[in-house]
Amino acid sequence: MSEPISSTSKFTVTPKTSVSVLFAGDSGDGMQLTGTQFANTVAVYGADLNTFPNFPSEIRAPAGTIAGVSGFQLQFGSKPVYTPGAKFDVMVAMNAAALKANLKDLHRGGIIIACTDGFDEKNLKLSGYPEGANPIEDGTLSNYIVFPVPVLQLTREALKDTGLSNKEIDRCKNMFILGLLYWLYSLPIETTVDMLHAKFGKNATIAEANIRAIKGGYFFGDETEIFANLGRFDISPTKQHGTYRRVTGNEACAIGLTAAAKKAGLELFLGSYPITPATEILQTLAKMKKWGVKTFQAEDEIAGVLTSIGAAYGGALAATNTSGPGLALKTEALGLAVMLELPLVVINVQRGGPSTGLPTKPEQSDLMMAMYGRHGEAPMPIVAAYSPVDCFYTTYEASRIAIEHMTPVMCLTDGYLALSSEPWQVESAGNLSDINPRFSPERNADDPPFLPYKRDERHVRPWAIPGTRGLEHRIGGLEKQHETGHVSTDPDNHELMTRLRAEKIEKIADSIPLQTLDNGPEKGDLLILGWGSSYGAIKTAVEQALAKGLSVAHAHLRYLNPFPKNLGELMGNYKTVLIPENNYGQLVHLIRDKYLFAPVSFTKVKGLPFNEMEILEKITDLIKEH
Amino acid sequence: MTDIDTSMASRPVLTAKDFASDQEPKWCPGCGDHAVLQQLKNVMPDLGIPPEEIVFISGIGCSSRLPYYMATYGVHGIHGRALPIASGLKTSRPELSVWVATGDGDALSIGGNHFIHTLRRNIDLNVVLFNNEIYGLTKGQYSPTTKVGLKTVTSPNGVIDHPFNTATLTLGAGGTFFARAMDRDGKVLRSILHRAASHKGTSLVEIYQNCPIFNNSAFQAFAGQENKDESTVYVEHGMPLVFGKFRQKGIRLDGSTPTVVDLFKGDVSESDLWIHDERDTFKANLLARFFDDPLTVENFLPRPFGVFYAEDRLTYEDALTAQITMAQENGEGTLEELLKGDNSYVIK
Repeated sequence: MSEPISSTSKFTVTPKTSVSVLFAGDSGDGMQLTGTQFANTVAVYGADLNTFPNFPSEIRAPAGTIAGVSGFQLQFGSKPVYTPGAKFDVMVAMNAAALKANLKDLHRGGIIIACTDGFDEKNLKLSGYPEGANPIEDGTLSNYIVFPVPVLQLTREALKDTGLSNKEIDRCKNMFILGLLYWLYSLPIETTVDMLHAKFGKNATIAEANIRAIKGGYFFGDETEIFANLGRFDISPTKQHGTYRRVTGNEACAIGLTAAAKKAGLELFLGSYPITPATEILQTLAKMKKWGVKTFQAEDEIAGVLTSIGAAYGGALAATNTSGPGLALKTEALGLAVMLELPLVVINVQRGGPSTGLPTKPEQSDLMMAMYGRHGEAPMPIVAAYSPVDCFYTTYEASRIAIEHMTPVMCLTDGYLALSSEPWQVESAGNLSDINPRFSPERNADDPPFLPYKRDERHVRPWAIPGTRGLEHRIGGLEKQHETGHVSTDPDNHELMTRLRAEKIEKIADSIPLQTLDNGPEKGDLLILGWGSSYGAIKTAVEQALAKGLSVAHAHLRYLNPFPKNLGELMGNYKTVLIPENNYGQLVHLIRDKYLFAPVSFTKVKGLPFNEMEILEKITDLIKEH
Repeated sequence: MTDIDTSMASRPVLTAKDFASDQEPKWCPGCGDHAVLQQLKNVMPDLGIPPEEIVFISGIGCSSRLPYYMATYGVHGIHGRALPIASGLKTSRPELSVWVATGDGDALSIGGNHFIHTLRRNIDLNVVLFNNEIYGLTKGQYSPTTKVGLKTVTSPNGVIDHPFNTATLTLGAGGTFFARAMDRDGKVLRSILHRAASHKGTSLVEIYQNCPIFNNSAFQAFAGQENKDESTVYVEHGMPLVFGKFRQKGIRLDGSTPTVVDLFKGDVSESDLWIHDERDTFKANLLARFFDDPLTVENFLPRPFGVFYAEDRLTYEDALTAQITMAQENGEGTLEELLKGDNSYVIK
């Protein structure tokens, strides 16, 4: 443990309510690590935050090029923050390409901390600046506050007598930047120092070098005069005391599944095939063996879902995770799961499509596939998560519905939620709702025959698992005779079973909460009806609109099939309903179809989430029209 | 799965009839599937496993109807996907006895990917592959095992696809057990099903099964009384490869070349012959390549039946269970630990 360091305090410290920072550099510059460390420090410090990594789909794109730029954006604040920020206030640019790729998203008047070593002739050329032009010297950035810092040179100076090779020393330059940012935002360095000790425990030299680089950056800020006019900033901690952890959406899904299995007293089985941006769910669960979790990396997406169906037949809480192209491959099996009426959680981490589309970019364009993307009449409940932390609660709820209603359930997230992170006050086990699997008990030889498709008042059939004496039965994809489950091609029976399967899903509406407003008046000019990852942007925009005195409210749907029973009534309380979606207008179809009125559709299909400015602008436009 | 369940002691002795479900088989009269079903029902009582711990899983095709006729648990899945359903079930519930009924189209065509990957994982499944060299349920299209030249509704000018050899495919995929049987040879089939049940790992049993409607007599060269003795060889562990109506022929291994020799000539005796060794990968691979068509090949090698190969290798589910046991060495994770995670922090 190093001694805490502090500033000499000769600079003014300006309080701020929130700041959005982008760390951008070459994919080899360690920007994800730098951003993650900054986020951990902010979290432990007690500010609220929201992070979003933005990296190229290539593992190692050519160094110095725009294609190779990797970024990590976060917003932190002394009030709750719901997005990584529509635009950033501060940009760390490790090279010219990083600056060029991201300048359009920097607020006018924003701060650029430019690593001058990344603006040499070679880097400028690789990033496409005309010969002789250098943005940090030629005055083209006059709308911003630019701090050119010779990071590499200063890092080498700070670490010159560590005995490390030049290559090893140069690798510490991101820690120098980190130290400088800690100084600028009056943050403690200890969180990162502790991490370095823990990570490099047996290699003390490397740990010490990194720590020295952090301190180098910190003291550079403190000692140099270049920040004299700007001064430092302070964002006061906002979080109530308690135990927190920071999770990404994908991690939260993995924890949600495991928690649901534990709560239900079942084994968790995940059949899966790696696919961006869903893979971390499999990776996280593969590490959960202590909780008895079984993961099965299948040979393909099809086997991913079918191994899960097999495990579900055996009595496990079974799940599969994927993204669009994988979901397409799983659709035939999902029809089987609908027919077998077994519990199954399908987590679809949506990405830009169709086909391979934009694998690393988020989109909300699989709602129609979730709703209708199976052959035959094959209804499935759909839930959607709205934030990284909510991925936990939505996955948990998907598991509850699957188990208690004996059905596959589609749980939608997207690439934005999957990789974003936010602090989560550690949930208490007692707060989680009970999940009650209803296994059929043993039967004796003289009992009447077991009826695997005899339904209860919710149309739910029993879960009869192998190993239970007297329940031997055969099920399959062929149409079932009502109650007995025998193969049946009887016309009336098929119509009856089709209706029962549909009604079973509709009846789930009896067990889910009514739709509530997230914010705004109960009646008014405009309701924004959102779903999924647009929550943060809508939330922030509605807060701002309400502050301006506009009559606008926000409701965010978790349940997309069936809808909460009061949704129609709730929407009727507003003159206009606006549905923003990262697709070409899908929820709007479902709402129009069910409630026979025309909401206003607001779509964005750019592989980017909505930001609050776009939503606010739309609100303002719509209310003006009234 | 040879352990006798203690709960069986208190039960009446089961017979083949106890394993028949209340559903009447809907296969065509004369279909080889009837014979295989009967042998499966015959074998079940001998296994000492209570019916509720046995599960039959299938895909799509004539043979995949089999689970409906067994009074055990069963899932009739979707085309080609029996193996992943069975793999998930067995991985989740290793104590169950899981059987797969599949066909040449189901396992080797639409389910080909699952076939090879299941074999390499060595999940303890008993896979009964009904090979009739034709698509029956869809009425007579050629399958991936149909012989070149056969005219079918989708090959009116004769099949031009080179057929799969299930034996080489199984061994090539890293399978640990391969056996071949003939539908009408009940005695051999029954003993092979026993062996498959007791093998720990994926047991692949290929059954030559006659489809009297769309590919009648496809295996006549190996099944007909008039020629089967000369065209087939039954392999038994530790025994020389001898065949022929009068056991007058044998197979000798000249280097790596199998040669048919005449035992009645006097210059070769049984001690010179290839002795079958189920554990010998090299020999099993040679044996698997005995794939001549006696009707078209002169000096053909006889088609082998019996257990080609049986390797004792850790199963997937046992390896996974071992990893979980190790992870839980200091106790199973609690819900509280799960929710807290290992990187939580306290804000005071």
